[in-house]
Amino acid sequence: MRYLSNVTTLEFFPEKCTGCFRCIEVCPHQVFIMNGKKAAIDDRDLCMECGACMINCAFGAISVNAGVGCASAIINGMITGGEPSCDCSSGSTSSCC
Amino acid sequence: MEEPRVKKRVRIGDIRKQTSCCASSVEMEQEPLFYQESSCCPPKKAPETSASNFVPPIVQTVSTDWLIDDYLGQIRCRVSSYRNSYIVTPGLYAVGRPDNGSDVFASANYKLSFDILRSSLKGMNAWVIVLDTKGINVWCAAGKRTFGTDELIRRISDAHLDKVVSHKRIILPQLGAPGIAAHVVSKKTGFRVYYGPVHAKDIPAYIASGYNATKEMRTVRFTWLDRLVLTPMEMIPALKKFPVYALFVLLIFGLQPSGIFFREAAVNGWPFLLLGLLSVFSGAFLTPLSLPFVPSRAFAVKGWIVGFIFVLLAQGILRITDKSLLAFIYLFFPLLSSYIALQFTGSTAFTGMSGVKKELRYALPVYKAAAAISFLLLVISRLGQWGIL
Repeated sequence: MRYLSNVTTLEFFPEKCTGCFRCIEVCPHQVFIMNGKKAAIDDRDLCMECGACMINCAFGAISVNAGVGCASAIINGMITGGEPSCDCSSGSTSSCC
Repeated sequence: MEEPRVKKRVRIGDIRKQTSCCASSVEMEQEPLFYQESSCCPPKKAPETSASNFVPPIVQTVSTDWLIDDYLGQIRCRVSSYRNSYIVTPGLYAVGRPDNGSDVFASANYKLSFDILRSSLKGMNAWVIVLDTKGINVWCAAGKRTFGTDELIRRISDAHLDKVVSHKRIILPQLGAPGIAAHVVSKKTGFRVYYGPVHAKDIPAYIASGYNATKEMRTVRFTWLDRLVLTPMEMIPALKKFPVYALFVLLIFGLQPSGIFFREAAVNGWPFLLLGLLSVFSGAFLTPLSLPFVPSRAFAVKGWIVGFIFVLLAQGILRITDKSLLAFIYLFFPLLSSYIALQFTGSTAFTGMSGVKKELRYALPVYKAAAAISFLLLVISRLGQWGIL
């Protein structure tokens, strides 16, 4: 199954890549492959913008506008004027201090 | 709050670690400090403990088997908001009889996540470190960064993991990766993050192959069964709003110049109650289930197509003749199905934020305009019935 094409904000900067393999390891949709000694984007449209590759890249070689791909979260964000946030965790915030 | 079922309580130390949200010992680089039974801020600092006289915290041993309560709990989580309070206490747990060479697995404090992990560790001796993810599963919590770098670092130091085990491996579920900067964890704690497989059931194979997950183990799929178990939580919230819709329909169709008539409401309104139910079924059940087979990649379009087919079929039986009502049913109900189907983007394993935003950019104005026109069509139809138009 694939979602819309040409929408992901995923960007890869090969000059910063050290070929550590982390992005390939963490991507749940196999967007990255090894191309010689560096990683490369294999199938950009499979990206779901979870952000796992970016946060795990110690060298800043990946950028993506990570967020929840959830319609109600985005509508919530539009209503409140803030970032998209789902209500899945409401009511369970810790009370202390 | 439910505690995980405790097979036996192994007392391997005499200091009960009480975690508190303020006791932030994240930046600990020196010997860990104990906060004994601290309640809230500011934490009381206990004397420093050296490695030689370290006494590990009490660790609960949990079974790898599920009892009937665990199965019932899973079902309740799949169909109700019960899942919002289905939690385990964060901290360190033991599976089997782990020692300082045993593997350490991290999990979320959503009890279902924890249950699935422990049941996958059958026959193993392992440590499980549970992060406080506010009762949310690993993947969603990682997206919110509660299954996050700081929380992991804090749990590692709170559990004195460097004293509990002699190695430096901590195995995280791969889907925890969006919340964790592995290199930061390694720098701050010395523990190297190993991303395990997506599914806990693959853990034995992952361990057996020397901590290597195959491409299959690393890839998220979204099978019909995965989709099916999600549909109750799509349908139930939609059905909860149904009484409001039903009241509105009955009011519209019961309304006469001389008052509200219940008989009129029931006789003229029931086809529209049926169409409403069909649209919920179409958007929240059939569209998610038949996702790969419905044309278009946009969920709004998929939902519209399935909804439109339902209206076509229903009209075959209902045989509505009023032109305004006919226009109303073909305009309103497919779009209702479309709107409900669009909500499923929040539950899938492959939709991204940019795509959903794009869909909404096109779909929301259509929904708004259609809602207004639909209302107008209903009014026109009623006025025609009353002989006013």
